[in-house]
Amino acid sequence: MENRITLPKLVEWLKEVKDPEIPVVSLVDLGVITDVKLSSQKVIVNMTPTFTGCPAMDYMVNDVKATLKSKGVEDVEVIVSFNRQWSSNNISEKGRKALKEFGLAPPPHYDTIVDIEILEQTPCPFCSSNNTELKTPFGPTLCRAIHYCHSCKQSFEQFKPV
Amino acid sequence: MNIEAIKNLLYKMADDQLILGHRNSEWIGQGPLLEEDIAFASMAQDKVGQSYTLYQMLNELGEDEPDKVAFLRMAEQFHNSQFVELPIGEYDFSLIRHFLFDTADYYRFDMLINSSIEPISLLARKLKGECRYHSMHADGWIKKLGNGTDESINRLQSALSYAIPYALGIFEESKMEDTLIEENIFGGEILLRERWIEHIDKVISQTQLVLPDLALESPHFGGRYGIHTEHLQPLLNEMSEVIATDPTADW
Repeated sequence: MENRITLPKLVEWLKEVKDPEIPVVSLVDLGVITDVKLSSQKVIVNMTPTFTGCPAMDYMVNDVKATLKSKGVEDVEVIVSFNRQWSSNNISEKGRKALKEFGLAPPPHYDTIVDIEILEQTPCPFCSSNNTELKTPFGPTLCRAIHYCHSCKQSFEQFKPV
Repeated sequence: MNIEAIKNLLYKMADDQLILGHRNSEWIGQGPLLEEDIAFASMAQDKVGQSYTLYQMLNELGEDEPDKVAFLRMAEQFHNSQFVELPIGEYDFSLIRHFLFDTADYYRFDMLINSSIEPISLLARKLKGECRYHSMHADGWIKKLGNGTDESINRLQSALSYAIPYALGIFEESKMEDTLIEENIFGGEILLRERWIEHIDKVISQTQLVLPDLALESPHFGGRYGIHTEHLQPLLNEMSEVIATDPTADW
């Protein structure tokens, strides 16, 4: 079994592991899995949290291990570190599309620093209007902010830029 | 590399985050607005998570494991500033504390990005990004309520005057301050205080509040050396209720 495991296969399998709080986005597309290494002895998966206080991190680590195990990968080590840090810029295009379909405004790309201006110009994920307002930078999870759309008159959540 | 100086720095940061995180969590279910309830709960979660990461770093330097360090020390073993242990009071005080403390926190992590100790520099970059939201939130409310009604302005002004001597206590220097600065581990409390003053002055000048003359204030020092108010030990007792009841409990 071991010799049939390849790096592209591992990445495909890891794409099956979803964010427990946003079950439409894989940890690969979210950018939480930062590196995968395959040696003759074992598989090493590097991960980094979106927020240091993210309570879902332990679940994600266990999900990664369980998923690879179900594919026949026995020896998996998961390393959680801040060496390669998560930034909302790391979310893939596929991940952004999935977030929007889920009803979460994807985070805008930013250059060096997150400014209040980019938070206040968040297009509505439901009607795409730019006539929106930031209500609070804190939401139901650490990684979400709450906005209001004046066009379709609905609150919406945003995966916030960090 | 001076391990004692690094531990000293990490302890005061971790203890500040842990204690203020717990204080912030007392707003859960009691915020003046649902959004504020959620904001203080989120900031509490951020801070407790940040303290955990800092205690983990201390653990790697030979200190006890995070849960033991967090829940099994007595008040005099804590290095947090007295400011963070004060009860939450009314929303005006909690908001002013949030503004004054989180501004300092943001600039502390900004300075630590330049630390000569790589793991500290990497973590600081991460934490600065999170604290930016705390600081943004605080600035927004100070500007809104500091230009609001007579009641909101008066309440914030008296909370500010009460809080300032405690807030200045954040910048109490450690015994190893010179080492921290010479070895480029941390730029030092004096520099941090200058950057803090610049920011709070800028925000307050956009409101009808008046920043007290800082030169006339005597800071409430002592917290960094284990001297605390009567409010810390009862909080620690409450925080450690589970582990005290059952030391093998898992949570």
